[in-house]
Amino acid sequence: MTGLDLETFLRIDLPGGLSAMLACLACGVLGNFLVLRKQSLMGDALSHAVLPGLVAGFLVSGSRSTGPMMLGAIAAALLATVLIQAARRLARLESGAAMGVVFSILFALGLVMLEQSHARDVDLDVDCVLSGQLETILWLAASGWGSLADPAALAELPRQLVALAGMNLAVALFVAIFWRALKLTSFDPDFATALGFRAHRFELVLMLLIAAACVAAFEAVGSILVIAMLICPAATARLLTDRYGVQMALAAGISAATG
Amino acid sequence: MGAHDAAEIPEALGSFLAALSLGLGFNATVVVIGTTLLGLAAGAVGAFMLLRKRALMSDALSHATLPGVALAFLLGVALETDPRALPLLLAGATATSVLGVLAVQGITRASRIREDAAIGIVLSVFFGFGVVLLSYIQALPQGGQAGLKTFILGQTAAMRVPDAELIGAVALCALLVCALLYHPFRLVCFDADYGRVVGLPVTLVDLALMGLIVVVTVIGLKAVGLIMVVALVIVPAAAARFWTERMARFVPLSALFGGVAGWIGAARSASLPRLPAGAVIVLVAGVVFVLSFLFAPARGVLADAWRRLRLRLVTVRDHFLRAAFEQLEAAGTGAAGSFALADIAEDRGWSARHAGWIARWMAARGFAAHLPDGRMHLTPTGREAAQRVTRAHRLWEQLLLVQGAGRIGQAHRSADLVEHVLSPAMVAALEAELAARGATAQPMPPAPERSRQP
Amino acid sequence: MTPRDTSAPPVELAAARETAALPALAVRHLTVAYHESPVLWDVSWTTPAAGLIAIVGPNGAGKSTLIRASLGLVPKVSGQALFFGQPLSAVRARVGYLPQRSSVDWDFPASALDVVCMGRYRLHGWIGPLGRRHREAARAALAEVGMADYADRQIGQLSGGQQQRVFLARALAQDADLYLMDEPFAGVDAATERTIIEVLRILARAGKAVVAVHHDLATAPDYFDHVLILNGRLVGAGPMDSVFTPENLQRAYGGRLALLDQAIEAAARAAAGRRDAQA
Repeated sequence: MTGLDLETFLRIDLPGGLSAMLACLACGVLGNFLVLRKQSLMGDALSHAVLPGLVAGFLVSGSRSTGPMMLGAIAAALLATVLIQAARRLARLESGAAMGVVFSILFALGLVMLEQSHARDVDLDVDCVLSGQLETILWLAASGWGSLADPAALAELPRQLVALAGMNLAVALFVAIFWRALKLTSFDPDFATALGFRAHRFELVLMLLIAAACVAAFEAVGSILVIAMLICPAATARLLTDRYGVQMALAAGISAATG
Repeated sequence: MGAHDAAEIPEALGSFLAALSLGLGFNATVVVIGTTLLGLAAGAVGAFMLLRKRALMSDALSHATLPGVALAFLLGVALETDPRALPLLLAGATATSVLGVLAVQGITRASRIREDAAIGIVLSVFFGFGVVLLSYIQALPQGGQAGLKTFILGQTAAMRVPDAELIGAVALCALLVCALLYHPFRLVCFDADYGRVVGLPVTLVDLALMGLIVVVTVIGLKAVGLIMVVALVIVPAAAARFWTERMARFVPLSALFGGVAGWIGAARSASLPRLPAGAVIVLVAGVVFVLSFLFAPARGVLADAWRRLRLRLVTVRDHFLRAAFEQLEAAGTGAAGSFALADIAEDRGWSARHAGWIARWMAARGFAAHLPDGRMHLTPTGREAAQRVTRAHRLWEQLLLVQGAGRIGQAHRSADLVEHVLSPAMVAALEAELAARGATAQPMPPAPERSRQP
Repeated sequence: MTPRDTSAPPVELAAARETAALPALAVRHLTVAYHESPVLWDVSWTTPAAGLIAIVGPNGAGKSTLIRASLGLVPKVSGQALFFGQPLSAVRARVGYLPQRSSVDWDFPASALDVVCMGRYRLHGWIGPLGRRHREAARAALAEVGMADYADRQIGQLSGGQQQRVFLARALAQDADLYLMDEPFAGVDAATERTIIEVLRILARAGKAVVAVHHDLATAPDYFDHVLILNGRLVGAGPMDSVFTPENLQRAYGGRLALLDQAIEAAARAAAGRRDAQA
């Protein structure tokens, strides 16, 4: 490998590839719980419903930095989760219909906000959210293998990559700490509630994490493909095994490999 | 709205109103009518889809239209016809969305993957393929102005008169089919197994329903866009569900809501071209949904809460009155005597604060009054009400005991639950029932002996 | 102990009845499996042309499956079901069905009368508004089960027993000759149970056949004239007093499938031994 090739690899291929892999990994692991909970489409719902939050975060901060937009997205995801629950309980809607109502209305709201703001004239647009732009994730500060150990160069790492890495860490921690709780609440939330677990609050935390993972992964692959990354590895693993632990490991493996 | 000048707004409002009254010029009028018909058809079909619990199926197949649109465009380029002709693009959309539906059904039948996961897989894989095709088209010499992106988010402004005519005509046909097949659709939605037993071709009827949803989704693409066409199907139906418990009213109401959303949304975006029509239509439907959710008298949240609150108040009132009556009865002082609030609170298990609130409320309602010595007494109205409530409770208790309902304690609890909903007519029926069983309904039956231990 | 021939050759039996009245339901070598495990194994059974017929057996014995497979609601691995000597498609109008109560969505926007009207669809045709004659028939069916006052109530607002009566009324509105009922007495109150059995007796007196999955062994002999005892396989079938015996019930309920097989083998060995002794 010549120096120039190495530089290209480090600047362009590595960040992109790594981002995609990390995005797939976080989504693949979390997607398991959606598939096991028969709520696969929650990923679809959340990935659309965060649009008004993204736009609001952008409007408030006036920039495309990850922090405010992530916060906005998480707030919108929280709102969407609560609204979907409300629509299911208070309006007695079946869960698919509840999701459809909530996410489509929130998405429409986000679109109108986007059109009415100046966001369009800058560089936030729906296409980017929908389809993602992996090729824009670059690490321009990289010059050789040495950069991997150089703090100054590392500080220039693309923010999407950093966000994704943080996301993966959070997901790993969450799953490790709540391994058994996740299993129980996925299988039988009523029983878990009877045992004294706050199953609904727990579900909310899980949904928030999924929303955060979606947002972190958007820029890599776009919101629609996030849905595929959430569901496909878990569904494939479901076909291959009946064991919970094996299911998790398989899904993680499949998604990392795809990424 | 910050983007608009002050002068622009009244003008926009004027043309919005003009479009509502269909006076916005021929083109806009045709587009508004077409979109209204689309809304009507989507609402009607959506009502059945909601009851069939397939609401999100429309999401899968709307996303599955994208590769079809792109492929049809490429075909048009290859055949050197107009690649942007709407019938051609919609034919392509239909083809791949049918493929998407078949894929969902194939996945759920052939494997253990459930329908929701299958919908998610089909939706994202088809859409991803569509995005790839779109970026390929973008690179073509004819691709620059392709405008295929309007299919993703919808744009009524880009709709031409023949397009609107096509959409309106197809929507009318869909409405007609809904009306014709109302009974089979209802039976399949409610109880498909029973339908099969009585000889309904359930698979065929299901297929017709799926066909309708494909048709509505495909013609909705141009106006609402593939991401939000699902809203046009689900939201009016979900909103209509709050208003009625009768299918015969539910379906037309859902269609009406869809039609209103299509009409106002299209008119609004005809006057303000910067607003994406799909989003406006969906937001109008969303407003209808939220209003229904809150205010519908049949199943709305406020009506529900009001009913529950009223039952609670009635329950508390009846408990207070009966407890007071029984205190007076036990003390032997007659209905005009006085009683201590603390005794009632203890009898009912109320906290002192809670009992204080209730006593104040009862006094305000004129059922009871505080005496100077701190005790309370029932007013004449209160006495009459207490008499009536206690009698209803004891009659019910008596009936349960005559019928042989286990222990007295059980009968008491059961009577506790039911006494607040006993209307005078039901009390009369109770008396008749007791008489038929050989027990006389006394003016005031005595309280049954209540053993304290279980 | 006389060996009771429980698997009476159904073909001969059917042939014998052909001259009088066709059996309401004849099941031949019916085998049904969910995934890979068989639920019903080679069941052959013929009902009489009329009367009240119970299907009893422990949980998982395939009672509901027998009804659902006969009606073509679950795929059969092998075997067939004939109604009045013909396949179901030819005689649908003569077959009524009362599904398990849990199988429908009680939040559905339909009144009690709407549900009963569904029983008239076949007689009326699938398209167009239901005529006055059919509405009247539906109202009469509701009245017959004591639910006339609840015609306009949304079905979710009815109690469990009332819901069951509405479904019974729907089956009655079909005006059929054979009624298949999946646990008509499950989860209903005492008053509803009395109403249902009265209606069933009226049907039987009118020369109709009712086949019902039944759970309560204590009431089975009072309610029904004929019985099919099932435990994956056919244990016994025929008139109540000759088939509803302690030994048959022991065979059905005493153990699970493996034990049952052993019991059947033991019985077969004993029968063979007796034949040898006689010879």
